[in-house]
Amino acid sequence: MFDKILIANRGEIACRVIKTARKMGIRTVAVYSDADRHALHVEMADEAVHIGHAPSRESYLVIEKVIAAAKQTGAQAIHPGYGFLSENADFCRACQDNNLVFIGPPVGAIEAMGSKSAAKDIMGKADVPLVPGYHGANQDPELLRASSEQMGYPVLLKAAAGGGGKGMRQVWQAEDFDEALAAAKREAMNGFGDDTMLVEKYLTEPRHVEIQVFCDQHHNAVYLFERDCSLQRRHQKVIEEAPAPGMSDSLRQQMGEAAVRAAQAIDYQGAGTVEFLLDHDGRFYFMEMNTRLQVEHPVTEMITGQDLVEWQLRVAAGQTLPCRQEQLTIHGHAFEARVYAEDPDKDFLPVTGQLHLLRPPAGNDNVRVDTGVRQGDEVSVYYDPMIAKLIVWDEDRETALQRLRQSLRDYQIAGMKTNLPFLYKLASVDAFAHADLDTRFIERHEQEIFKPDEHDQTKHLLLATLFMLLKERPYHSGDAHSSVDKRSPWLETHDWRMNLVHCQHITLLIDDEPHHLKVQASTRDTLDGYRIQYDGQDYFVAGEQVEHELIAHIEGHRQTATVSLQDNKGMLFTQQGRLEFTLPEVDLGIEDASQSQGALAAPMNGTVVELAVKAGEKVSKDSLLLVMEAMKMEHSIRAPADGYVEEFYFTAGDLVDGGAQLMSFNTEAETAL
Amino acid sequence: MAILNTKVNTRSTEFTENQAAMQTQVDDLKCKIAEVSQGGGDKYRQRHVSQGKLLARDRINALLDKGSPFLELSQLAAYQVYDSPVPCAGVVAGIGMVSGQECMIVANDATVKGGSYFPLTVKKHIRAQTIAEENNLPCIYMVDSGGANLPNQDNVFPDREHFGRIFFNQANMSAQGIPQIAAVMGSCTAGGAYVPAMADESIIVKQQGTIFLAGPPLVKAATGEVVSAEELGGADTHCRTSGVADHYAQNDQHAISLIRQSVSRLNRVKPSQLDTQASREPLYDSQEIYGIVPKDKRQPFDVREIIARIVDASEFDEFKALYGTTLVCGFARLYGYPIGIVANNGIMFGESAEKGAHFIELCTQRKIPLIFLQNVTGFMVGKQYEAGGIAKHGAKMVNAVACAKVPKLTVLIGSSYGAGNYGMCGRSYDPRFLFMWPNARISVMGGEQAAGVLAQVKQAQYEREGKRWTDTEEADFKQPILDMYEHQGHPYYASARLWDDGVIDPADTRKVLGLSLSAALNKPIEETRFGVFRM
Repeated sequence: MFDKILIANRGEIACRVIKTARKMGIRTVAVYSDADRHALHVEMADEAVHIGHAPSRESYLVIEKVIAAAKQTGAQAIHPGYGFLSENADFCRACQDNNLVFIGPPVGAIEAMGSKSAAKDIMGKADVPLVPGYHGANQDPELLRASSEQMGYPVLLKAAAGGGGKGMRQVWQAEDFDEALAAAKREAMNGFGDDTMLVEKYLTEPRHVEIQVFCDQHHNAVYLFERDCSLQRRHQKVIEEAPAPGMSDSLRQQMGEAAVRAAQAIDYQGAGTVEFLLDHDGRFYFMEMNTRLQVEHPVTEMITGQDLVEWQLRVAAGQTLPCRQEQLTIHGHAFEARVYAEDPDKDFLPVTGQLHLLRPPAGNDNVRVDTGVRQGDEVSVYYDPMIAKLIVWDEDRETALQRLRQSLRDYQIAGMKTNLPFLYKLASVDAFAHADLDTRFIERHEQEIFKPDEHDQTKHLLLATLFMLLKERPYHSGDAHSSVDKRSPWLETHDWRMNLVHCQHITLLIDDEPHHLKVQASTRDTLDGYRIQYDGQDYFVAGEQVEHELIAHIEGHRQTATVSLQDNKGMLFTQQGRLEFTLPEVDLGIEDASQSQGALAAPMNGTVVELAVKAGEKVSKDSLLLVMEAMKMEHSIRAPADGYVEEFYFTAGDLVDGGAQLMSFNTEAETAL
Repeated sequence: MAILNTKVNTRSTEFTENQAAMQTQVDDLKCKIAEVSQGGGDKYRQRHVSQGKLLARDRINALLDKGSPFLELSQLAAYQVYDSPVPCAGVVAGIGMVSGQECMIVANDATVKGGSYFPLTVKKHIRAQTIAEENNLPCIYMVDSGGANLPNQDNVFPDREHFGRIFFNQANMSAQGIPQIAAVMGSCTAGGAYVPAMADESIIVKQQGTIFLAGPPLVKAATGEVVSAEELGGADTHCRTSGVADHYAQNDQHAISLIRQSVSRLNRVKPSQLDTQASREPLYDSQEIYGIVPKDKRQPFDVREIIARIVDASEFDEFKALYGTTLVCGFARLYGYPIGIVANNGIMFGESAEKGAHFIELCTQRKIPLIFLQNVTGFMVGKQYEAGGIAKHGAKMVNAVACAKVPKLTVLIGSSYGAGNYGMCGRSYDPRFLFMWPNARISVMGGEQAAGVLAQVKQAQYEREGKRWTDTEEADFKQPILDMYEHQGHPYYASARLWDDGVIDPADTRKVLGLSLSAALNKPIEETRFGVFRM
């Protein structure tokens, strides 16, 4: 076994690998970019080596730097995690050339599966069922279009070198084909440096079921059963589970054996995943093989009781597989939900920010949280916006799902939008409980998932108001002034007025909707509190607040809440749900510069990919002006009206901050040129 | 410290009757205050708000640190004094916490006669400044006033304590390092123009605040020049051209935020000069004071029962408890601050006065603030007492009170008659603050006594003329005197004329004294030097 390994990754997966390595008595070396100087994975590792600037192209993707870090620290092997260099054959080769063990498959296997079209050929020969499609080398757009029409829309465009939803587009009609192809190629070029595309028949209601396989260097191969990853949006997995509901033993065996065949066809070693589309009729088609550890591997670990990273390390060290097929069994049911910094209400636009409050549910045998961040860390523009993976396990699917819902509810994150409310509602959809799954599940149940919260908003409003009142007590704010007499009754006699009753009018904005509350300091049964009038009702509310914690009594009902307040944005959590609120800013009569006309601002931090028009060129409303990339996704900036761009302030490749003016846009009809 | 054990039975008939009587008086007070707090009434309030301006009290609420109290002063100023109502004398004044500093805030209420200065407006403004000066409190003026009330010019302009004194005070306070901050949120005409001009820092709201010595009509009359108010003295003129104002505010809220910023830049540290402890609430409910104070003013009550409902943990170490027992003196704590209490518990005798003088001297030497609870019908009279030198004993106490430099706070909780008022730190003895309970009465002597004295004079006259004076005639003679004393001795009458700093709910006494004392402690406590004591 190795003495020391280097983890060529960051975030939760780096932390995950370090944990197992530590358990096995193996020393670990982390690598980090400028942005990750204080990251959790750096702190957890025994050693850490700086490998460059924040953009991954200048750090985590630079093979030479990673190899040099390994040589410098005397690491014997490199674990690539997922993403970054994990499926890069050149990197795998560079490891070999430098006498470093690549913890993953051999170069040949990566190359064989790296090109999706070549992979399909191999799989076809190995008797693995395939989806109809075009996997040829000829990339003439006309040919691609013709083959699409031949197999009939919808079709799926995929980067031959791709994975993870990048460089992938659904095309539902011929008219959209050209724009989709261009965008997919661009993403593929950016993501993988190769824009070769393949086209496949798009199955409309299939399930995404994948098989975890493992092979050692001694020709042993096993499958560790399946994962159902049907809950996706834009080809990004959202919630995964194992085992797949409704899976018969025979189908499991068929698919498992097909997956093992697929692996053996390319002399696979280590952990791999063979993804299939499972149709209603029980037929399954090979989609692709991922030659790495998957993000969702924990659900497999939870139902098999195996540590897949440990398996990887053992296999890479030349040991035989820890188990034979017949020793592997499924016990219970597991779910994984991916917690992201993103705004589900704005088309899942990734968001960045600081994790002012980060309280995952308590971990135990049933609940596992894999994360690479701590409270106070930034979710930056540079890397994947995943905050954590929440994994739950229980004896059966129903209880596991209940545990998932509770854990999602207990998960408290403030400082940025997250998909937690979305995940909770998704996990609460009846059809999910009935396991009525397919890859379009989220689209089909959109209404149910995106419906407004039904929790007791009034109670949450009262709690939020109480928090504000307690937090703003002068005793707290006065701490800032050294001049304040800390014993002064001025800090104790809240809101008192001589011979008058002081009424405060507090407004909280919820989804931009103002809610007005009338507040009066009041005492009931010697308990100092407030009388709050809201929506025609009177409530006596009292409590205590320390930092984020609120203990409140609403009409004698004691309850606790956690509140995070940053500037004028607040987030309140209770057992019943959460409330995001904003305190309206006092109108100081100062105009907001960002609202001035004629400017288009960047929706978030990111990189300018392309200027779609020339300055001065006349454009019509909604035409594409500029393409930005952020969080590995493209975002289009479109013309707000007919007019022309007077000046672009950035060019392709420039990094821009969220809110920065990208261009000046003139809405007058005549063009400047 | 010793705990004051209450002997009050809250279930007795006497208690409930007293309680009801006091409740009526407090309700009446609050009702009156609620009324005057509405300023010039709905019509003018709406007009004011429709101009985009905040009401005076809303300006103050927005200015104060969130959740902090406001010790409003002289709420009843000008109450029933003029032919038509001038609620609160057209100006709201009080102490509030701004950016962590206890500040004196004076805000004109433009809904009341355009915020113009009546004689009592001037008096209230000057009283607020005096409090600020005596207690070293930064002053914040929120100006919205048309200046002196012209029909009353003879009572507003010429005298020492008239309009000019406001600017005299500003200059002298500034000279003492007491910050003067003005925000012009409306008119600021003629003499009023000196409020921002004399301020250390001034703020003006655009298209709302104007500062000029003479408004457009007067300019036209004087020189024929036609000019708009905004052009003549608006924010742009004064911030860009004249330099009369320092900061340009977009609106009221902005002006208020600029004031808060200004206060946060003062670099002032409140002196720490007392041995303080954590505050503890009294053991007994302050509301019980209602049932302790007899509904019949002639009935005595034990002032210790009141003290027990004001001081921390109802703890009171009495000084000379067995000597001169009609004056209760002792040490206690109020919100953790050490205090000395001087409280009447009956008529003043020579011993009581001597004890009082001794105790005051003790407190000044230890720099312990003094609280006077007045309920005094006067000094004992009669041959025996005059012979015993009650005048010189009284003089000792008056001397001690007059010269004591520790913060003195006075509350009139019952009668305040004659020389008792002097010895117990009445208005003339410069208590930092003086408040009255609604049941209190203040006059040179009690109405009964005054009527009696005058009746005797009258009777003597009758007798000289050989006429007979019937009981009915005597009663008819006395009644108007009794009525007059009741009317003029009433707290509303007193408060309307600024003889006090406000009429308070007895249940709020602890709060009011605590806030006042804290404010008073902004000023370092000076050494006291007494005058010659007649021994």
